[in-house]
Amino acid sequence: MLSYIMRRIGVSIVILFGSSFLVFNLAAYASDPLAELRLSSDDGARQQIIALTRDLNLDVPPPLRYFLWLKGVLGLFVGNLNLGMTREASSVQEELAYAIPVTLRLVLVATFTALILGMAFGIISALRQYSRFDYGMTFLAFLLYSLPIFWIAVLLKEFMAIQFNNFLGDPDIPTLWMVLASTFTGVFWGALFGGERKRFWSIFAGAFATNFLLLWAIDLTDWYLNPGLGPILVGLLSGGLAIGVTSISTGVENKPARNAALSMAALAFLSYYPAQWVFNNFGSYLTIFLLIVLIVLTGITLSRIFSRIDRGPIARTAIITGILSGFLILTDRVMQSWSGYMATDAVNGRPVPTYGQRKDQLVTDDFWLNNLDIISHLVLPTLALILISLAGWIRYTRGSLLEVLNQDYIRTARAKGLNERTVVTRHAFRNMMLPLSSLFVGEVLGLISGAVITERVFGWQGMGTLGIKAINSYDLNLLMGVNLLLSILVVMGNLIADLLYSVLDPRIRLGK
Amino acid sequence: MKLFGRDKDTSGEILSGGESAIANKEVEGLSQGQIVRRRFFRHRGAVIALFVLTTLIVFVISALDTKIGAVRIPGWWKWTVEDIPELRYEDCPGGTTGCPTLSLNPSGAFGLGKHPFGQDDIGRDYFALVMNGARRSLMIMFVIGAVSGFIGVVVGSIAGFYGKRVDAVLMRLVDFIQTVPGIIIAAVIGKAAGRVGPLFLALFLGLLGWTGLARLVRAQFLSLREMEFVDAARVAGASNVRITFKHILPNAIGQIIVIITLIMAGAILTETALSYLGFGVVAPDVSLGLLISQYESAFTTRPFLFWWPGFFIITIALCVNFIGDGLRDAFDPRQRRRITKKDRLRAKVDVKAGP
Repeated sequence: MLSYIMRRIGVSIVILFGSSFLVFNLAAYASDPLAELRLSSDDGARQQIIALTRDLNLDVPPPLRYFLWLKGVLGLFVGNLNLGMTREASSVQEELAYAIPVTLRLVLVATFTALILGMAFGIISALRQYSRFDYGMTFLAFLLYSLPIFWIAVLLKEFMAIQFNNFLGDPDIPTLWMVLASTFTGVFWGALFGGERKRFWSIFAGAFATNFLLLWAIDLTDWYLNPGLGPILVGLLSGGLAIGVTSISTGVENKPARNAALSMAALAFLSYYPAQWVFNNFGSYLTIFLLIVLIVLTGITLSRIFSRIDRGPIARTAIITGILSGFLILTDRVMQSWSGYMATDAVNGRPVPTYGQRKDQLVTDDFWLNNLDIISHLVLPTLALILISLAGWIRYTRGSLLEVLNQDYIRTARAKGLNERTVVTRHAFRNMMLPLSSLFVGEVLGLISGAVITERVFGWQGMGTLGIKAINSYDLNLLMGVNLLLSILVVMGNLIADLLYSVLDPRIRLGK
Repeated sequence: MKLFGRDKDTSGEILSGGESAIANKEVEGLSQGQIVRRRFFRHRGAVIALFVLTTLIVFVISALDTKIGAVRIPGWWKWTVEDIPELRYEDCPGGTTGCPTLSLNPSGAFGLGKHPFGQDDIGRDYFALVMNGARRSLMIMFVIGAVSGFIGVVVGSIAGFYGKRVDAVLMRLVDFIQTVPGIIIAAVIGKAAGRVGPLFLALFLGLLGWTGLARLVRAQFLSLREMEFVDAARVAGASNVRITFKHILPNAIGQIIVIITLIMAGAILTETALSYLGFGVVAPDVSLGLLISQYESAFTTRPFLFWWPGFFIITIALCVNFIGDGLRDAFDPRQRRRITKKDRLRAKVDVKAGP
């Protein structure tokens, strides 16, 4: 195994050299960084040409200049990485160090949200093959496949940011919108759970009424100006989550698991006010991490209280319930900062931003305000990326699960009397994950190219913006910096995908 | 394929022997081509998409003048991209200019009007611009499909047919091209090729897009060349070229066509995205992505400048995707039609009636 990894890394390094050499020469011959200056008759221009030629070694022909650049890169191994200078005479490393976290934030959040949503939709659509929901999802996937990301990003900017900000200035949901939104929700849930026509319509009516009442209440209380969940709603939702998680994880008929999850929900309800105190006084990422540890410990303790045997699944159920309930309380806390955030000078009542990854004018030590600022900037670009990558996940998950459900071992599992939940979550779900794990890397890389365009629309100063700037200003060193990072990502990604596959699937032996 | 609604009695049932007999009976005595055609035309989404796309292509191409060498075929639309008619001011909302005259209100002023899609900043007819852009984008899409398809099939066939060292070298080449970050190289090339013209852009993009297809064709060849019918052909004295073109390629053609449609659907999105970023088709040439990028800031006051190009991109990509899905179903040998209640009744009647 180790020798296989070493060999793969060796091959990857050779490929990296080759591809960087190719890109370097292609870019160097395709563009002339001095073209504009040459046309200028200005005296300063000649000085600039001389200076640039000296700084960027432009007098060396590109194939040789590549090795000068490579020398700087190889300096990494002696602790002296040098990716060269940009045209504005700033260091390429510094530019990259600033841009990487920005892009990473965008890509990571979008990937995981799209993964979870897409897998959920894909699984349901495979389990209800040829149902209304399935056809709806198939059509949605095709539509999303065909959407240009820059188009959807501009639409989001217009309708979700500018128009939504206008709406917040005079918040009043028109009745027509309430009816339309409720109809949509009704159709969604009806299609999801419905079978026979009668069942469909009863679920439709229920969802429609709930949604309409909810919107009406939101409109009446101006909830979006001062949002929050409050202890009662948190308690009720946690209870619902406990039942939901139990029924997926172990089945509600498993009494200890159900009791553990419900106790966890009760604990979450009881800890609402203590949590507020903790959040207000010790708001930091460390606190959140410690709270997660606390939830895990509580889950394990609960499993020991409620059962003497088979504690693993019970602890798992309780922990998942606890983390989701904790997330509700956390969301509630972030929501409480909303009105304060709206009132700051930097925001001035228009909270959904259209430009940039942070508000520079917002200077505050408040942990919650800072995070709310990050989140509000993150929402729209992430939404655009989720929309384009969702389609792939829906289709892959659906196809993969249908393939698995046709296997003999699923028939065996059913034949020996296991209930459908166990068959799907234990036997089908795990095997479905195998082909998906190898697609994961490719999807993330596709998302990075999507991020380049999204960054441009939303004015984020990330890797994509750097790359575009580099190409537009014929800045070879900057371009090579971005290129090097992306190629390393691709190579590493492929290696990780192969290793992941062999870890998950014992039938596959690498290195043979 | 039924798009909405389902037949209640068949959901969740496992295909039993009797049902596969019904499915087999259907293809009795038909050639492969006939079976594929039949399956394709049963996919309702794909048929609608094929119809829409064909209509759209004819509509877009015939709208403007076409020059083939010295011959000039006039289009049916009154304006061209070069015309700069007077900007319309009257009855536009909020003091904007050049608003669209298209009116679909059947009771009021129904009709196209002078500029159905409106006019741009300097008064050029937007319908003509969009038609020209759609033309470019369609052309680029087909060229990328053709170039990628050709290279992918050739490289994949050679690698799969000869195997061993040739295969190893060609597959390392594929690995290598896949490692180069596509968007960067496309942008670098696009930036340079944009000056040369959209045809070159399409050719260059085609040179990057064939790797997935080559892998697939190679895999098909590796498995097909071990088949008995290939041995039989070789014993009968067939040359390598004949075996490739007469025996192996026809068996792989289904998957190849499907992948090429996927490449084309991706190609139109790549081209528009590059043009949007400024690295694809550049002014004074027109492309759908470029139109969106030019009028992005005008969205609030003149949204029509933004909607129309987007509408055409989505329609084209959606149609190509649906056709690809229909082809996949049609070529998939495992694909069986869902047995409906009607089929079962008909089969029962057949059994009763006897041969």
